[in-house]
Formats: sequence, C-alpha cells, structure tokens
Amino acid sequence: MEERLQEILAPYKGKSDALIPVLQEVQAELGYLPEEAMMAIAKTTGVPESHVYGVATFYAQFYFTRRGKNQTKVCTGTACHVKGAARVIEAFERELGIDCGCTSEDFEHTLETVACVGSCALAPVVVVNEEVHGQFQSSSIGKVIEDLKE
Amino acid sequence: MLQRINSPSEMVEMRDFCKAAFARQKVRFLVCAGTGCIAGGSMEVYEELKRHIAERGEDVDVELLFEGKDSEAGASISGCHGFCQMGPLVRVEPKSTFYTKVKVKDVPDIITTTLDEDSVVERLLFKNPDGSHAVAEHDVPFYNRQTRIVLAGCGTIDPEDIRNYFAVDGYTALAQIFADHSPEEVIDIVTQSGLRGRGGGGFPAGRKWKAGYDAKATPKYVVCNGDEGDPGAFMDRSVLEGNPQAVLEGMTIAAYSIGARYGVIYVRAEYPLAVVRLQKAIAQAKEFGVLGENIMGTGFDFDIDIFQGAGAFVCGESTALTLSIEGKRGMPRVAPRPRTTEVGLYDKPTLLNNVKTFAYVPDIIRKSADWFKAIGTESSSGTAVFALTGHIKNSGLIEVPMGIKLREIIFDIGGGIPKGGKFKAVQTGGPSGGCLPESLLDTPIDYDSLDEAGSIMGSGGMVIMNERTCMVDVARYFLQFTEEESCGQCVPCRLGTKQLLEILNDICRGRGKKEDLDLLVELSHSVHGGSVCGLGQTAANPVLTTLRYFKAEYEAHIYDKCCPAGVCKELISFVIDEEKCKGCMLCAKNCPVDAISGEKKQVHTIDQSLCIQCGVCFDKCPNKFSAVECVSPKIPVTPKEKMEVS
Ligand SMILES: Cc1cc2nc3c(=O)[nH]c(=O)nc-3n(C[C@H](O)[C@H](O)[C@H](O)COP(=O)(O)O)c2cc1C
Ligand code: SF4
Ligand code: SF4
Ligand code: SF4
Ligand code: FES
Ligand code: FES
Repeated sequence: MEERLQEILAPYKGKSDALIPVLQEVQAELGYLPEEAMMAIAKTTGVPESHVYGVATFYAQFYFTRRGKNQTKVCTGTACHVKGAARVIEAFERELGIDCGCTSEDFEHTLETVACVGSCALAPVVVVNEEVHGQFQSSSIGKVIEDLKE
Repeated sequence: MLQRINSPSEMVEMRDFCKAAFARQKVRFLVCAGTGCIAGGSMEVYEELKRHIAERGEDVDVELLFEGKDSEAGASISGCHGFCQMGPLVRVEPKSTFYTKVKVKDVPDIITTTLDEDSVVERLLFKNPDGSHAVAEHDVPFYNRQTRIVLAGCGTIDPEDIRNYFAVDGYTALAQIFADHSPEEVIDIVTQSGLRGRGGGGFPAGRKWKAGYDAKATPKYVVCNGDEGDPGAFMDRSVLEGNPQAVLEGMTIAAYSIGARYGVIYVRAEYPLAVVRLQKAIAQAKEFGVLGENIMGTGFDFDIDIFQGAGAFVCGESTALTLSIEGKRGMPRVAPRPRTTEVGLYDKPTLLNNVKTFAYVPDIIRKSADWFKAIGTESSSGTAVFALTGHIKNSGLIEVPMGIKLREIIFDIGGGIPKGGKFKAVQTGGPSGGCLPESLLDTPIDYDSLDEAGSIMGSGGMVIMNERTCMVDVARYFLQFTEEESCGQCVPCRLGTKQLLEILNDICRGRGKKEDLDLLVELSHSVHGGSVCGLGQTAANPVLTTLRYFKAEYEAHIYDKCCPAGVCKELISFVIDEEKCKGCMLCAKNCPVDAISGEKKQVHTIDQSLCIQCGVCFDKCPNKFSAVECVSPKIPVTPKEKMEVS
C-alpha cells in the first residue's frame, strides 16, 4: 500500500489546492482513507493534518473505515422517496442483517443511502457496485445478493 | 479536412464537411447511452446492432464516412432522450423511428424491417393510450408538446464525437462572435434575450455577464455549476452526458465576453459518466482548435478543467462551490459576502452559471435574442427543463415553453397519475421549494407565478405525488435532508432545521401537540431570517407550503393520530378483509416476520403484535383480490394477542 500511495501522491507535492482530488484518488485506490493515508496526504500536500481531516470530514464522499467488498446504495432522493425507498432500505437491512450505514462483520457488504443518482425516472433506484438497478422491487433483493457471490 | 480550425470562417466549412459525411450514411441506428438505458442493457443492444450490420457486409467504422465513402447503415450512441422509463431506446434516422424497451433479441427484426422491408417493428413502438402506435419520436405524446432547445441534441447526436456536434451547427456561434461581435455586443445579445439563470434563482444572465466584464482584476474565471444538488432531478446530468459540447461552447462564449482565461466545470460526485463524456469532449475540442490556446486562430485562449464534487449539497451555492474547488470546506462565505463576479474563485472575478444557462447560449447567438424572447413569457423567456418524476405515467426529462400550465405538463405530457391513482400534489424546487395542490394546477410555469404560489421554479425537479403520499412525511423528508446538509455555521439554520425536523418527526409518530403548528411557522420564519445562504433561507419552504395547502393532514396526525395517506408507520395498521381474501397465501409467504397466518384457500389474518408495517403484504396481494387494507389510526394491540404469542 505504501508504495502505491507514494505513486499517487507524487504529482501533488506541495499542491494544497488539489486536496480534494488527492483524497478522491487515494480513496478510489484504497477503498477508504486510513490514518496512514491521511498522514501521507498531509505531508505531501503540505496541508496540516487537522485541516486534511477538516476538509475530508466535511464531504460525504469520504470514508475513514474499511468498507465491504460489495457496496449497496439505496437512493433516497425525492423521486425514490415517494416511490417507497424507505421500504427498500428496510428490506435490504433485513436481508443483509445490517443497519443502513453499516458494513457487515465479514466485510462482504456495506449498505448505505445516496441522495439521488440522477436516474429518477427509474425510481426507486438502487446502485450495487456502480451498477444502477431501476424500478427496483424488494422481491428481487435475494437475487441481487446471490448474483454478487459469483 | 479533419484538422484544426484556423479561422472562424473555416468553421462553416467544417460544418458542411461533417454534415455531408453523416449524410453519406443512409440509415443510422442511434442507441441511447444515457445512464438509465445503459442500466437497462442498451450497450449490449448497441454491440448487437453493430455486429448485425457488419455481418451484412457494411463497414460500421464512421471514419470511412469522413473519407468520402458511402454507407448503407451504421450505429452510434446518443445521450439520454429523457424518456428513460421506456428504455433502452433506439432511434432510427432519417425517419426518427422511435423504438422502446429494446432487447438484444429484437435486433434482427429491427435490422431486417428497416433495411430490407422499409417498414417498422410495431411491437417496439410506443403505444398511445388509445391503442394506436406512434412511429416517430415526435409523434409520441410525451414529446409532441415539448419545445426542445437545450435538450435538442440529447438523444439525436453522438455525445462522444465532436464532429456530430459540428454537423448540427456546433461552434458556429463561437465562430460568429469571433468574426462579428465585440464582447459588449455578445453581452447585449444575452441581456436582450431575457435569459435567466437556470440554477434556481433566475438571476438575469446578461446582467451577471456584464458584472463579470466590468470587474477589473485578472485572471478571470468562468465556472459551470454542475453540482445538481436537488435530490430527485437530473436535467444537468443529461445535458452534460448528452450534449457536452454545447456546454463547452457556451462557456467559451462567456469567457470571450468577460475576458476569462480559465474555466472549471464542477460536476456532482454521483455522475461518473458525465465526467467521462466531458473529458472526451474537452480533448476533442482542443484537438480541433475550438478550445485551448489560440482558439480558431484568433489568439484567444481558454482552457476548461473538470472538478468532481465530493458530496455536499451546500457546495452548489456559488461561494461554497468556489471554496470547494480551492480544496477547502465548502461553507458559504458569511461576511462580507462579495459578489462572485468580483471576488470568486481564488478571490478573482468569476462568472458562475448553471449548466443549462451556458447550454442555451450558442442557440441564442445563432438564432438571435428575439427568437429566444419570443418563446415563453414576458418576464421568463425561453423554455424550462424539468425532471418529471414520482407518481406519473410518463416519467422523464421534458423541455417546455415558459408559461405552460402545470396541468398541461402533468396530464398532457406526463399522461396523468398511473394505476388509477389520484393527483395530490406537485413539488418543484427541491428542498428549497414547495408542494402545490390540485387547485393550483392552472398556475403557469414561470419564476414569478411559482414564487407567488409559495413554491419556486428551482433548477428543474418536479415530483408528482398521488393520494398515497403523506404531506407531513414529505415535509419531514426535506427537513431531514436540509438538516443533514446544513454546513452549520449559522445557528438558526443549524438548530432551527433540527428543531423543525424533531417536531415533524413527532407529528409523524403520533406524538404531535396542538401548539406544534404555530411553533412550526414561528421557527420557519426565524430560520429564514437568520441564515446567510439560500439553504437556510429556503429550508422551511416545504413546511410552509404543506402547512398552507394541506393543513388538515397535519391536524389529522396531531388530533386523530391518523395518517390519511397511510404512510406514517406508527399510525397505521394493515388488515386483511375477510370478504376479499381468497387464501392464495402470497402475503404470508412474503411477510418478513411471519405475522400472517392462514391455510390455503382460507381467510388469512395478520397478528398485529408481530406486524412491522413493512407493507409487503399490501403490495403482494394480487390486484384482483386487493384484500389487504391499510387503516389509520392504528389498531390497538390487545394484551390478549400479545399473550397468545408468548
Ligand atoms: C444550497 C444551495 C444549493 C445550490 N445548488 C445549486 C446547484 O446544484 N446547481 C446550480 O446550478 N445552482 C445551485 N445553486 C444556486 C447557485 O448558488 C447559483 O445561484 C447558480 O449556480 C448561478 O447560476 P445561474 O445564474 O445560471 O442560475 C444553489 C444555491 C444554494 C443556496
Ligand atoms: S444558511 Fe445553513 S447552509 Fe447556509 S451558510 Fe448558514 S448554516 Fe451553512
Ligand atoms: S405489513 Fe409487513 S410485517 Fe405486517 S403483516 Fe404485512 S408483510 Fe407482514
Ligand atoms: S395475498 Fe391477499 S388474497 Fe392472498 S392470502 Fe393474502 S390477503 Fe388473502
Ligand atoms: S431520486 Fe432516486 S435517482 Fe433521483
Ligand atoms: S437514459 Fe435513455 S432515455 Fe434517458
């Protein structure tokens, strides 16, 4: 990880205004932002560590704990809300046995919400590992999870 | 001929060249490659089409067209047509035949009917309510009342090939201003067109451009706001994905007008495809010399970067957005609050407009300010783009002339409420907007009329709600959103939204008190008055409009502990009607907590002490029986029932 991190950070030496793209790139590589990474980012960009945390925690996109191999995001935008997103979330919670916003103990699944993915005409929408599932029916959850095992 | 454009006059030659090249392809299958259709499998359809065309011995490589060769047929991708619900969509040119819900297995039929029989595949056409079929895209009721300007290119051109944009007059507006107009003249045209910002506020674009022009400091920046924070809207996404070059051209015209050297497009974190399309678009525009250094050989330089947001709604606000680009926390500037046109990105003069605002500009330049002004109303010229969603038959992206009535949008274009439902409310403006009832459906769509009604135009979200939507829950929903998204620096916004949310939560849970209604109004006003940015200032709008138009529903929750729409879980129970239940067992099989018992072909019953009100049985019970009912107030759980269980 150390090596890969240095590789990503190299072009950003001293570039404090590139903080957000750096955080995004590191997270894309590691899946989340562990403490070592945050320290390395602070060192490279020259931004104080407290400030790096201040910025990173402000934005919903950044995570500081390890996440599941599979990530399920249930859209809770207005269109999805009125089409029953809350019930979809509950159904996933029951099926995965975890609360929304949490990661399963075996790090297989993370379940969370997203405020609109821009496919509102297909509401309710669920995004599983970047794949958009439109007009989602809770009855298909079993199959969606089964497919992930392959 | 495919080379850098070295003077504005070469632009016209380039257009004619590209037009001629595309015309050499007799039939073109345009497959929608918007996010919705891709989710439905459109890319597989695209590959299959190409394979079949190749099998017929046709060369599917578009490059050949530019080498002067003819082609019987070809396939390409397009952006979102706005009717994602009917996707994957395939449009066949030159007749604009419009195929819906196309699957890979439909491809052979499409190919043979089109190329061998000169006919159509009827089963894939859009079926009108009266049973007839619409053949061309513009015959579909969803489209035939629209006026498409910013969306014109979405669904009709290949967003990943700049030459396709050239072929439809792309960049001729830019060439025209280089050749004929001074920056002041361009600003005059924009002012005269009456174009107002499409990001929500409706600020006159010309006036903002003039302020950018007047600003003295350098360098100046042009920033495109593609944060699209309204949770339930996707207009900007479709424009960025479906016609990215129009946005780049609009920004470049703006840059020329105010004298900016750099531009940034701020794209919402959740829009990865938009980023990819923009990256390709920028690279191609530079290659052809319509962006970058020495644009069209005029000596004018302008570069555009892409910045990906990181998931904070408040960053859509202009001062927060520029701070975010600088790598800081996106908190709106408190005091002093200078105008972004004076002190914006890196404290330099910055012209910030919404995606659509920029995308309108090339057409306005090409077709004149008067042309644009003639569309729409006196105070709101042009068209409005809406993401029509929720409980509506035809859901999707629409573009309509300003001044059109809400009723026309919902019933004529949208086709009304599906499944025999009844209209209850229409929400516009997202978390800053409001909910309007049936009695206001004749309100014309324009900035002022919607304001007057208590809602706002917003950036284009329009959510239709049926009678099974609880308006207290909707208000609660929006407050939960704003409470979470408040950046927290103004106390009235931070604490006020929290308090409003708590009261609404209580009401939804049946713990509402008589005094809550007055308290909601009072708090709403203090949040409005004590907030520095639009988020706080408008956060209470969803509460105020629902209180204004749906007060009885609040009262039912508070006094009768009843949720008339059957949404608020703590106030409802599900019961099975003995008369209607046929004992098909579907409900029992699907109940997640095994609360339903009953033998096959016998009446089933729900154990209220176990039921968690998930609604699965309600959805599962076959329509022809409709035996499960939702009742409110809640049926009390008797101690006896509880004992039986334990
Ligand atoms: C909380 C908040 C969120 C906003 N979000 C957006 C947005 O997502 N997109 C947008 O174009 N404007 C948004 N705006 C409005 C911008 O501040 C700004 O007025 C607009 O981008 C200017 O462009 P226009 O004049 O072309 O409308 C938001 C404003 C506030 C207060
Ligand atoms: S009104 Fe709310 S979101 Fe806006 S600056 Fe104040 S606290 Fe932040
Ligand atoms: S509402 Fe849900 S929990 Fe209750 S009986 Fe029906 S299916 Fe079971
Ligand atoms: S699904 Fe409906 S009809 Fe079938 S057993 Fe349940 S309540 Fe009765
Ligand atoms: S509201 Fe769910 S995708 Fe937009
Ligand atoms: S994605 Fe194909 S119509 Fe919208």
